[in-house]
Amino acid sequence: MGKLFSPENKAAFTNPLNLDNPVVVQVLGICSALAVTSQLEPAIVMGLSVTVITAFANVIISLLRKTIPNRIRIIVQLVVVAALVTIVSEVLKAFAYDVSVQLSVYVGLIITNCILMGRLEAFAMQNGPWASFLDGIGNGLGYAIILVIVGFVRELLGSGSLLGIQIVPDALYDLGYMNNGMMTMPAMSLIICGCVIWAHRAINDKK
Amino acid sequence: MKALRKYIDKIKPNFEEGGKLHAFRSVFDGFETFLFVPNETSKTGVNIHDAIDSKRIMSFVVIALIPALLFGMFNVGYQNFMASGTEGTYLDMFIYGFLAVLPKIVVSYAVGLGIEFVVAQWKKEEIQEGFLVSGMLIPMIVPVNTPLWILAIAVAFSVIFAKEIFGGTGMNIFNPALITRAFLFFAYPTAMTGDDTVWVAQNSILGFGGQVPDTFTAATPLGEAAAGLAPTANFMDAVIGLIPGSIGETSVIAIALGAILLLWTGVASWKIMLSVFVGGALTGFLFESLEMTTLTWADQLVMGGFCFGAVFMATDPVTSARTEGGKYIYGFLIGVVAVMVRVLNPGYPEGMMLAILLMNMFAPTIDYCFVQSNINKRAKRALNK
Repeated sequence: MGKLFSPENKAAFTNPLNLDNPVVVQVLGICSALAVTSQLEPAIVMGLSVTVITAFANVIISLLRKTIPNRIRIIVQLVVVAALVTIVSEVLKAFAYDVSVQLSVYVGLIITNCILMGRLEAFAMQNGPWASFLDGIGNGLGYAIILVIVGFVRELLGSGSLLGIQIVPDALYDLGYMNNGMMTMPAMSLIICGCVIWAHRAINDKK
Repeated sequence: MKALRKYIDKIKPNFEEGGKLHAFRSVFDGFETFLFVPNETSKTGVNIHDAIDSKRIMSFVVIALIPALLFGMFNVGYQNFMASGTEGTYLDMFIYGFLAVLPKIVVSYAVGLGIEFVVAQWKKEEIQEGFLVSGMLIPMIVPVNTPLWILAIAVAFSVIFAKEIFGGTGMNIFNPALITRAFLFFAYPTAMTGDDTVWVAQNSILGFGGQVPDTFTAATPLGEAAAGLAPTANFMDAVIGLIPGSIGETSVIAIALGAILLLWTGVASWKIMLSVFVGGALTGFLFESLEMTTLTWADQLVMGGFCFGAVFMATDPVTSARTEGGKYIYGFLIGVVAVMVRVLNPGYPEGMMLAILLMNMFAPTIDYCFVQSNINKRAKRALNK
């Protein structure tokens, strides 16, 4: 533990933010990215929830990794994740009821989020708790960034507001501007996700 | 013609490698090949091709669209003059319609070709000619009151996401003109169908036409049918086409003129056209017998965009089925689905757009099945010998 920020640990944290992003590079967790991003606020809350759950699930599994029998490891992982999801869900209901209603089943469905299972299988089962924690935070934030970008575009163009506050001035509506109804549909978030992937590859291929 | 050829040859060096206008190479190339059939032959392999390249085919389709376009312009003026109670000659009505429709054509071509030019320059390819037809189709399948900025966004969306990302002309899965309309339909529903005020131009333009009162509404026949009413327009009205509707879709006669040209030149497939009408008629007859709609089977065929879609959209050689047998199934299902959407979903009075887009998606599957069955048949024949 002497090297808290060794290059490996740093890489575990920073890679998922850009070059190894779970959504735009590994294309995981797309379903929830489509479902919760029509507004910015639920997108942020969802991103943070996944970050917290991934980080702590990673830590717990990493601590247990030597005692978990190999043949039932998926079940153990699911139990840990389910417990964490329940905690987060209850916290949301207590402190952010409106958002939790908006997110509805998608908080519960974090259990089945591919990013979580992927990190537990691929990272936490092989690495120590601190590195796993950083990896979980990194992947959660990498997921959250994309959700925020998609949610930003969709809420701005689809509802003319950000975080529920109207951004597009009334004067523009009087001139004949209209909100783009397609932005509020999941189909459009798939296209925006595609654009993000396109931009990401275009930038990284040049390097 | 000679003078034009000479002039083009004179300015050509400017656009070649090292010329001062090299940046506009693809634009120049596009115009040159549009005006003159390229005088080049293939250097490798054995190829047979005639002078009818895709630019010439596209030109035929544009020519075939002109009767429907001119009639659409006249109808736009006619509807406005009727609604506002203005007196005017037929020429006044046509000029009004011309002034109302022209900006849409300009916007559609400017945005669409602009994107094509940029992409061609960027990928160092020739300009692809596909937008020639799409750019003409798009203004004809929208209501006359569609705001220009919305049209521009929709055209940009469809050229980029329905065409360029698939690899440009000839590679697209969906018909770009219909994607434009679908985008408008889902993104700006009030501008496309909302409360029936979109079908008649409301303001006078340059002194032509009159101001239509804000409370005036005019539903399309299909809109009335979806609301459970008997349409005010009868069969003959729909054939002639002096009824509210998208700009180019109302007159069956004008579309039929275009269809004759397309069939005579062999640009469009008669198999697809015929089977669309057969599918629509049978399904329309079925729903009519079940008394689920106020429209007769013949009304289904002449009202709304059915004819326009069957003649100009379903027959698009890129997005339709390519196997000869597949064309019957492809067309038949378009007719069936279009009428089904109209009758079974009151939220969508017109189903032609959705039907064609849906079948665009299945066209490769239909082709695959036909090709496979043919392969199997031949394999069996070879084995049984």
